[in-house]
Amino acid sequence: MSTAPYNIIGTRPPRHDGADKVTGRAIYGADFQINGLLHGAVLRSPHAHARIESVDTSRAAAYPGVVAIVTADDFPQTPDRIVDLGEGETPLSYVRGNVLAKGKVLYQGHAVAAVAATSPHAAEQAAKLIDVRYTPLPCVLTAPEGMAPGASKLHEQENVTHHIQHAIGDADAAFQQAAIVVEREFHTATVHQGYIEPHAATALWNNDGRVQIWCSTQGSFVVRDVVSCLLDLPVSQVKVTPTEIGGGFGGKIPVYIEPVAALLSRRSGRPVRIVMNRRDVFEGSGPTPGSFIRVKLGADAEGRFIAARAHLAYEAGAYPGGMVGPGTMCVFAAYDIPNVAIDGYDVLVNKPSTAAYRAPGATNAAFATESVVDELARQLKIDPLELRLRNASREGTRRADGPKFRRIGCVEVLEAMKAHPHYSAPLGAASHAAAKRGRGTAIGYWFNIGLPSSCVISVNADGTVNLIEGSTDIGGTRTSIAMQAAEVLGIPVADVHPAVVDTDTIGYTGVTGGSRTTYATGWAAHDAAKDVIRLMTERAAKIWQADDVQFANGIFRSGNNQLTFAELAAKLTETGGPVVGQASVNPKAAGGSFAGVIADVEVDVETGKVTILRFTSIQDAGRAIHPSYVEGQMQGGSVQGIGWALNEEYWMSPDGRMVNSTLLDYRMPTILDVPPIDTQIVEVPNPAHPFGVRGVGEANIVPPPAALANAIHDALGIRMSRLPMNPPSIVAELAKQ
Amino acid sequence: MKTYVSMTCNGEPVEFLAEPRQTLLECLRDTLHLTGAKEGCGDGNCGSCCVMLDGELVTSCLVLGVEAQGRTVTTVEGLAAGSGLHPLQKAFIDEAALQCGYCTPGFLVAARALLDQEPAPSEERIRLWLANNLCRCTGYDKIIRAVQSAARQMKETAQ
Amino acid sequence: MAKVYIPAQLRAFTEGAEWVEASGDTVGAVIGNLGPSVRNRLLRDGRLAPGLAIAVDGEITPLGLRETVAPETEIHFLTAISGGFL
Repeated sequence: MSTAPYNIIGTRPPRHDGADKVTGRAIYGADFQINGLLHGAVLRSPHAHARIESVDTSRAAAYPGVVAIVTADDFPQTPDRIVDLGEGETPLSYVRGNVLAKGKVLYQGHAVAAVAATSPHAAEQAAKLIDVRYTPLPCVLTAPEGMAPGASKLHEQENVTHHIQHAIGDADAAFQQAAIVVEREFHTATVHQGYIEPHAATALWNNDGRVQIWCSTQGSFVVRDVVSCLLDLPVSQVKVTPTEIGGGFGGKIPVYIEPVAALLSRRSGRPVRIVMNRRDVFEGSGPTPGSFIRVKLGADAEGRFIAARAHLAYEAGAYPGGMVGPGTMCVFAAYDIPNVAIDGYDVLVNKPSTAAYRAPGATNAAFATESVVDELARQLKIDPLELRLRNASREGTRRADGPKFRRIGCVEVLEAMKAHPHYSAPLGAASHAAAKRGRGTAIGYWFNIGLPSSCVISVNADGTVNLIEGSTDIGGTRTSIAMQAAEVLGIPVADVHPAVVDTDTIGYTGVTGGSRTTYATGWAAHDAAKDVIRLMTERAAKIWQADDVQFANGIFRSGNNQLTFAELAAKLTETGGPVVGQASVNPKAAGGSFAGVIADVEVDVETGKVTILRFTSIQDAGRAIHPSYVEGQMQGGSVQGIGWALNEEYWMSPDGRMVNSTLLDYRMPTILDVPPIDTQIVEVPNPAHPFGVRGVGEANIVPPPAALANAIHDALGIRMSRLPMNPPSIVAELAKQ
Repeated sequence: MKTYVSMTCNGEPVEFLAEPRQTLLECLRDTLHLTGAKEGCGDGNCGSCCVMLDGELVTSCLVLGVEAQGRTVTTVEGLAAGSGLHPLQKAFIDEAALQCGYCTPGFLVAARALLDQEPAPSEERIRLWLANNLCRCTGYDKIIRAVQSAARQMKETAQ
Repeated sequence: MAKVYIPAQLRAFTEGAEWVEASGDTVGAVIGNLGPSVRNRLLRDGRLAPGLAIAVDGEITPLGLRETVAPETEIHFLTAISGGFL
């Protein structure tokens, strides 16, 4: 990995918020304090699908300490219309309805009412005293159930809310020509992003009519847009200050509790804080879709893929907009296939409305495709990585959804996998008689997004700069952004003071998500730094009465005159006043990222337990700004993928209740469950970005479930077609042999 | 009806009123304004609320505030001496062992409790000890490196 | 003439053709020059139909219909990423 042309890019400085976060001083959503604070509790539906017949709040209102109670009726009853809240269009009634149910509840956990009281205990007790009469209705819990003729409907519209199709060439004809065809069906269970910090928000409906919100969110501008829309206020009347955030992974983009807290604040005249408990998080936020996927792949005798077909039915949850679209875009993205037919279905089911989870939709799809590729490799007796290389997407390959790839690193990642010592290391003997070992590989893709970001940099007289931006720092991005500014300015990164600010203080900035933050907000910081240099160049020109001032490596020069950045910064007041640079970007292209996994497992054939012996994650980062945090993203995504693969799922009772909504029973990987996660960063620079950055946060979660399925197959000769591949399911599959 | 509680917290005597139903975590956060310990689950399964109670590692969401009467509590706020950083805190920053940082206070206290007992733990021992601290961001890898690095550092300083 | 890639679900209106060429300086102008059955499904009230994003030469453009187009430019209609906030 070369960092030759750069001084700061590629180094590993300490993060700017490190001291705050290791001392417990950093303020997360529930840490925020304000005078007069009331505590809110939300009452949620016990039924997966029911009509709300009546809501009686009188007993709750009499509970000591209760100050206010709200229901859906407390929203301004503006007529339904289509709203565009930055991520596509949707009926206002849907957005409003998910925040507080009206008429019907559509999933267990659906919010129905909320109480504000002087203590969190009082609020919780009082909420239980709200009497809601329900008439339960039949429920549907999986995509096939939701699609079945005569299935119980959640809304007026059909349960299949979108049908997406992509096609190139003629897949049916090409399958006839194929020397070998493999077709398999797969099921994946609902899983949750599993962020450790539950949703938390404080709202103050101030006496001047402005609503102020302090919340843990991936998108403060999304919160502003949604809250102002639901409360029928101009956006200028809502100010959102993002606190530090304890994980999101896409699940803290939707808005759940902020509008409710605002309504309670208006009613009570005091600030109100709502914090979800862990059960609310599972039942009342946005897990990722469970899915049913069928993949058919046909190859010629040399292993060239000539035909591919995919059917993807993803659960949308209670409202339309599950992630089947991205699933259709990613399902065959790694391969150059001339004849492809893809059908994607977004299906309503009586579960929480799904939200994005790190490369949303792609992991489900890759589990299917990469398992089928592995099958083909075995039947053709071609090394699985070699087979992938033979068909790998390159610059100019046309994706099934139409566009051609620009410069991408699929081949480079596959070659790095092949060359990695892990791939040729001996598996070693099983540790005991009832165990078998195997190795599996998989590759995955995520396209990454652009979206707008703004940045303002002001120069201090001591040669340091203040950098303000609007991207919640979920994993060290204030530093990766500061590094990009420091590189341009030619100053140490410790001399850049980054701050993540509220929606009043910075120009519109898109969500921290979609692998866009280091990419787009870093780009804005780069451009703002260039603006600073332009302005300071003018000052140097004034000082030297010259018109040929050049700037390089932190020094301004003209003839024999020179000033460092810091020296010139000391002269700004006398040359005209402060220097403030700014930039807004809205990049078109993000440059997708490919990621690969090599995984070794040992499976106990009696218990079905899978032990991961060795795990290697390889990913194209374009340019790694701060390699430690790029590695961290790869390791974190890998372990989430491991949990998704081997154990995590929503256990649903037949009547649609989640029965494992605790962190004991929704069992995410602990430090004891995973081996060291080795990483290798590949750099195929993204030509669009000033430093070649590709977003790196997401693609790494895409290959692990398939790699583990392939490793299990290598070990046991069984093809697991359902996620999670937990011990009982492996034992059951073995028993079928 | 609130109960008067007096205890030692991070080396200082503190006193507060607690309802019997309030957990120690609540009292630390809401009454004493020590918001370092976090709630992730409320039922002892994530470790974000870890503190030390009379030198023993506990999940403070499963301890009642009134149980702390007369006892000694150490939170993440008590790790650093003065305005410096404890070697564990420094190692977490240097090794990039935190991403969102939410689980970090719990891990720091838990790791401190481990190193208090075992100054040179093996990787296996570290993993076993920290198995009740969930992290969703880092994949744990750099956390192990940080604990190992701090252990080495503390051993050097002690010599 | 720009090359417009016809989404699979609209090829019934182009007799199965994956590509249609049309002239125009902007994406909006190019769409305006497509046949009415295709055009009326890509646009609604003069704006891009909900759920769609425009990619020009493989890059999603935030300018949408206003994005300028050169001869030989490829125009694609991609599913706009939804599910972000709901």
